[in-house]
Amino acid sequence: MIIDPVTLIVALITISTPVLLAALGELVVEKSGVLNLGVEGMMIMGAVCGFVVAHHSGSPTLAFIAGMAGGACLSVIFAVLTQFLMSNQVATGLALTLFGLGLAALLGVGYEGQPIPEVAKPLPEVLRTIPVIGPILLGHDLVTYLAVAAVFAIAYVLKHTRIGLIIRAVGESHDAAHALGYKVIRIRFAAIVFGGAMAGLGGAFLSIVYVENWVQGMTAGAGWIALALVVFAGWKSGRVLFGAWLFGGIAALQLRLQAAEVSVPVALLDASPYIVTIIVLVIMSSDRAKTAINAPAALGKTFHATG
Amino acid sequence: MIRLEKRPTPSRAWALSTPVIAVILTMLAGGLMFALLGKDPVEVIRIIFWDPLFHERFASFSRPQLLVKAGPLILIAIGLSLGFRAGIWNIGAEGQYIIGALAGASFGLALYPSEHPLIFPGMIVAGLLGGFLWAMIPAVLKTKANTNEILVSLLLVYVAEAILASAATSWLRNPDGQGFPGSRNLARHPGTDNPVVVDQLGLEGFAGGFFDLAHYGVFAALAAVIAAYVLFQKHLFGYQIKLAGQAPRAARFSGVSPARMVILCLGISGALAGAAGVFEVSGPAGQVTIDLNVGYGFTAIIVAFLGRLHPIGILFAGLLMALTYIGGELAQLLLQVPAPAIQAFQGMLLFFLLALDVLSNYRVRVGREAKA
Repeated sequence: MIIDPVTLIVALITISTPVLLAALGELVVEKSGVLNLGVEGMMIMGAVCGFVVAHHSGSPTLAFIAGMAGGACLSVIFAVLTQFLMSNQVATGLALTLFGLGLAALLGVGYEGQPIPEVAKPLPEVLRTIPVIGPILLGHDLVTYLAVAAVFAIAYVLKHTRIGLIIRAVGESHDAAHALGYKVIRIRFAAIVFGGAMAGLGGAFLSIVYVENWVQGMTAGAGWIALALVVFAGWKSGRVLFGAWLFGGIAALQLRLQAAEVSVPVALLDASPYIVTIIVLVIMSSDRAKTAINAPAALGKTFHATG
Repeated sequence: MIRLEKRPTPSRAWALSTPVIAVILTMLAGGLMFALLGKDPVEVIRIIFWDPLFHERFASFSRPQLLVKAGPLILIAIGLSLGFRAGIWNIGAEGQYIIGALAGASFGLALYPSEHPLIFPGMIVAGLLGGFLWAMIPAVLKTKANTNEILVSLLLVYVAEAILASAATSWLRNPDGQGFPGSRNLARHPGTDNPVVVDQLGLEGFAGGFFDLAHYGVFAALAAVIAAYVLFQKHLFGYQIKLAGQAPRAARFSGVSPARMVILCLGISGALAGAAGVFEVSGPAGQVTIDLNVGYGFTAIIVAFLGRLHPIGILFAGLLMALTYIGGELAQLLLQVPAPAIQAFQGMLLFFLLALDVLSNYRVRVGREAKA
């Protein structure tokens, strides 16, 4: 059994898109100094909202917007609790995931196996027949291209624009940013909602494009892997892309090895994306000095204006 | 204009009353959710919170379930509360529960068909050890490589689920099971079963029937509550946990090793989650199956917070959460309320609790800010 490298790379890109979108959103949130552990909950909300709207409206565009709205709405709860009511970010993020998984399951009752429209590819069919380059580069759908474009857009905005500078300032020292007159809470609120919309879009991609079905709990840890990718990437968006491809590559490869019935235990193959994520986290985190420099200094700290 | 003013010390009165207010608010918001589902909200809330305890027809069936459901939640939440107090976040209790159950079941099944009286105690030890070792992975990675324990413990849940699936379908599968997945039934085999305690004592109906199905795990949970209470009130380690959570720098200066704290807190919570797994697989669940884990490890996080990380609070929170499970099943049966509604309901409770925390930590001032 030979594994075809071209189809493997195509699968890798598709599998990595949901985690890439969610991780990019979380990167912006963390850059603003907020740790939102609710990515898994926001993704699954996006998955169910997108799927339900795709089924009823027949429009993939509306479905993706619904997915983003679903993730964003859930993130508003987190934003209100952590920014206005100053609740603990770790506990609130966990609550968001637990609540999101329950609510998504509730909204999705009766939708498993329902038909949804096929998502049209933006580039003409004929381009996909070009050997190697066609399927790998020209055969994807619009959201996949948007996700890769977002890597560069977010890197540019964070590094070279005024709004990026403000986000980073708020994330490094909210007290200093506040003293300079920036509205810390508003900026963080906006970042959290952006993160929610990105996670929701990732979830919608999962249910509408990749799996083409709604299954309860279908994110299966993708949200947590997205969180790990941000640490892995050292809070740099270019490296998030690399990390997402690494994860997608492992996931795509293990699925093919399972199909080929190689003599590796199925449990080990099933668990391999999670194990590899842990190993990569260990490698990246063990250099204490480096992680300390890259992580936003105010990450996870509650802001309360005293003066 | 509404302003918030930080209190010098958190208000004790608010800390005690906010869980009660959170429950009431959850009932209101949950009632709204049930109304949106087309169900009579008052009736659903009554079925969840009242009927399992007092309805003349259902109570006799539901009451004995309460402690059976609350036991694992309390046992796991007590362990989690140690770490949460010290700022060490073990989110992977679900995985430690699975590995504990597998370790205990493997021990019992390896000695099958022996009925030696030491097998069940041996299974408990194996479960404690299994959960402990699984929790040592994030603990050691945290102390040696500075890896985030939240992400590692959580990712290990998915690894544990993969191991469980393989156990149920291959290496622990019942050889006499005609190829069906799932292990031998541990609960129906003397020696590996986790018996109902009152049956042995002949005390059915004791204390309103609440103990009629209580197995050893329930008593282990109650013992854990007492042990944790003593630990926090009397023991130096309990004091060090509080100190590490509230003033990490002061804790280090006073000789509390952060690495030792991580190992102990994760180790104890992992061992307790593992024990909960053994009690479940040898009692109510009966056998190793793919869907052995039902989310107790995650719900226990809500229990720990709802109980304010205090042992007695966790006892009550565990009972309340167990009630929502039992009442939820009843509502599903009687009114066709979808099962996931209860999970959303439990998540809502945690939101309200966290939102109300602001009242214990801050004073709410209405009116314009006074000129200094």
